[in-house]
Amino acid sequence: MKQLNVVVNATHIPRLARKKVVTNLLFYSVCVLIAIMMTLPFIWSFLTSIRPDREIFQIPMQWIPSQLTIEHYREAFTLVPFGRFFYNSFVIALAGVCLNLLFGSLGGYAFAKLRFRGRTFLFRMLLMAMMIPPVVVFIPQYIVLVHVPLFGGNSILGTGGYGLLNSFWGVILPGASGTFAIFLMRQFFMSLPNDLMEAARIEGCGEFRIYWQLYLPLTKPALATLAIFTFQAGWNNFLWPLIILNDPNKATVQMGLQAFSYNRNTDFGPLMAASCAVMIPIVLIFIYLQKYFMQGIAFSGIKE
Amino acid sequence: MAAGRVGKHESRMAYLFISPAMFLFFVFMVVPVGMALFISFTNYDVLSRSDWIGLANYERLIGDYIFWVSFKNVLIFTVIYVPAIVILSCLIALLVNQKKPGMKFFRTMYYMPTVTSAVAASTVWLWLLNPEYGLVNELLSYIGIVGPAWLAQTNTALLSIVVITLWMTVGSNMIIYLAGLQGVPDHLYESAKIDGANKVQRFYYVTWPMLKPVTFFVSTMSIIMALQLFDQAYVLTQGGPANSTKTVVYHIYNMGFNQLQMGYASAQAFILAIVLVVFTFVNLKMNRDGANI
Repeated sequence: MKQLNVVVNATHIPRLARKKVVTNLLFYSVCVLIAIMMTLPFIWSFLTSIRPDREIFQIPMQWIPSQLTIEHYREAFTLVPFGRFFYNSFVIALAGVCLNLLFGSLGGYAFAKLRFRGRTFLFRMLLMAMMIPPVVVFIPQYIVLVHVPLFGGNSILGTGGYGLLNSFWGVILPGASGTFAIFLMRQFFMSLPNDLMEAARIEGCGEFRIYWQLYLPLTKPALATLAIFTFQAGWNNFLWPLIILNDPNKATVQMGLQAFSYNRNTDFGPLMAASCAVMIPIVLIFIYLQKYFMQGIAFSGIKE
Repeated sequence: MAAGRVGKHESRMAYLFISPAMFLFFVFMVVPVGMALFISFTNYDVLSRSDWIGLANYERLIGDYIFWVSFKNVLIFTVIYVPAIVILSCLIALLVNQKKPGMKFFRTMYYMPTVTSAVAASTVWLWLLNPEYGLVNELLSYIGIVGPAWLAQTNTALLSIVVITLWMTVGSNMIIYLAGLQGVPDHLYESAKIDGANKVQRFYYVTWPMLKPVTFFVSTMSIIMALQLFDQAYVLTQGGPANSTKTVVYHIYNMGFNQLQMGYASAQAFILAIVLVVFTFVNLKMNRDGANI
């Protein structure tokens, strides 16, 4: 009896262990398979961008480039003024970040910490605006920008010229105080205690200094998340710059890339080089600061 | 009273603090929303005309073949895309929510497509889906399948855009589901275990109902995005072949900003907004009825 028991156990335990190994193997195979599907397009476009032309159009294809070349990058940057487009996109994205951080934190602080009449009403209005689809306001926003007084040859009444069309401000301003920015900052300020403010007031500290020197430094994680989010949105934005900026010298990288792919849609070497160049800044930022990326996304999901 | 003075000062400062944000909000949100409906009743074209023409834009819309085709396209897109993104992102979140080594690495990999722009991602896919030299058809040829010209055929073009958009967006939705999964209290799983529920039952009776708010959020955001599809269609197919991937926003863009028929384009935008509201509402109802907890 005793011996039989031992035998049963002996076969039982390895079988369980084997089952665990098989499950793990299966689990990781699925993980790897999905990872390949998600990253292969990037890897492939990068490989295309650094291999000689004859290997790009070769059947059957070859995985590893036999020879590395930066020719396609040089070609992409000489055919199209991508350097200029990078600068434009960078300015637009950076201005968006600065304005959103400033206006968003100022507004968020007031909605979270200061008492004033109409606070609930105004905040509800901001929340409601988040539900309005952008396409509805595209045309009116365009009209508003055309009629901004004293810009682009406009008179003081906002007529006669082009207003902020074809200017970076036309791209930056409509997104300069995202409701999302105010909302995110408000939630963060709410989680900070009020005693700081009360103590500082008794000491005779001004309201702006309380905001700027006491509370704002405590919100660095939220500011970082917001900065990354806004930068990514500004950098990747396509339709609105396409509407506002008609001068080819003011085009953003996304517009430049689209025009490039439209005009030279069989030059896959330079095209993939340009795509990689457009993607690399944001991917690098992501890899360095992934924590904040994930926080921002998770936050946008929790706000409901 | 001192307190009253402090209060007054406080509210004055508050108004000062919110004024830049509220000014921009007023100019670029409140005013435009008010204008949107009004413009749709005019023949506004930026340059010269701006006359009240009543319902003429809406009447013209009824006979606009391309408008209805593009509407049909985005509806098909939405109906396929939204359930697919909910299921895929939830499944992948469950996968990487396991407490096993290496999960952080996989999360990063899956999130990667999300950070790139729609334009860059679409350009990359333009190359991958190239009928002769593209990677996709090359891989298919390994298993003996002759792949079609994905983006040049009416029966595969829209579907290709759906798949590419899924690839682009599944990462961020996965993160939202992950945040939701981490919010499910452990004791619920434990009591389900004690009641003898297996893994599938635990998902069906505990996880899924607890994730209802997340699912609602993901599906709502996806509906709003899907109905306003533009970037991918513009880069991948320019709306072709034979308008099979033309989207409503694309049509509005053409009408409003290329042909400067802004009144007419506003009418289209308004109809799209109404459809958006209807879809969101139906989605809300579906989620309410489904959620017992």
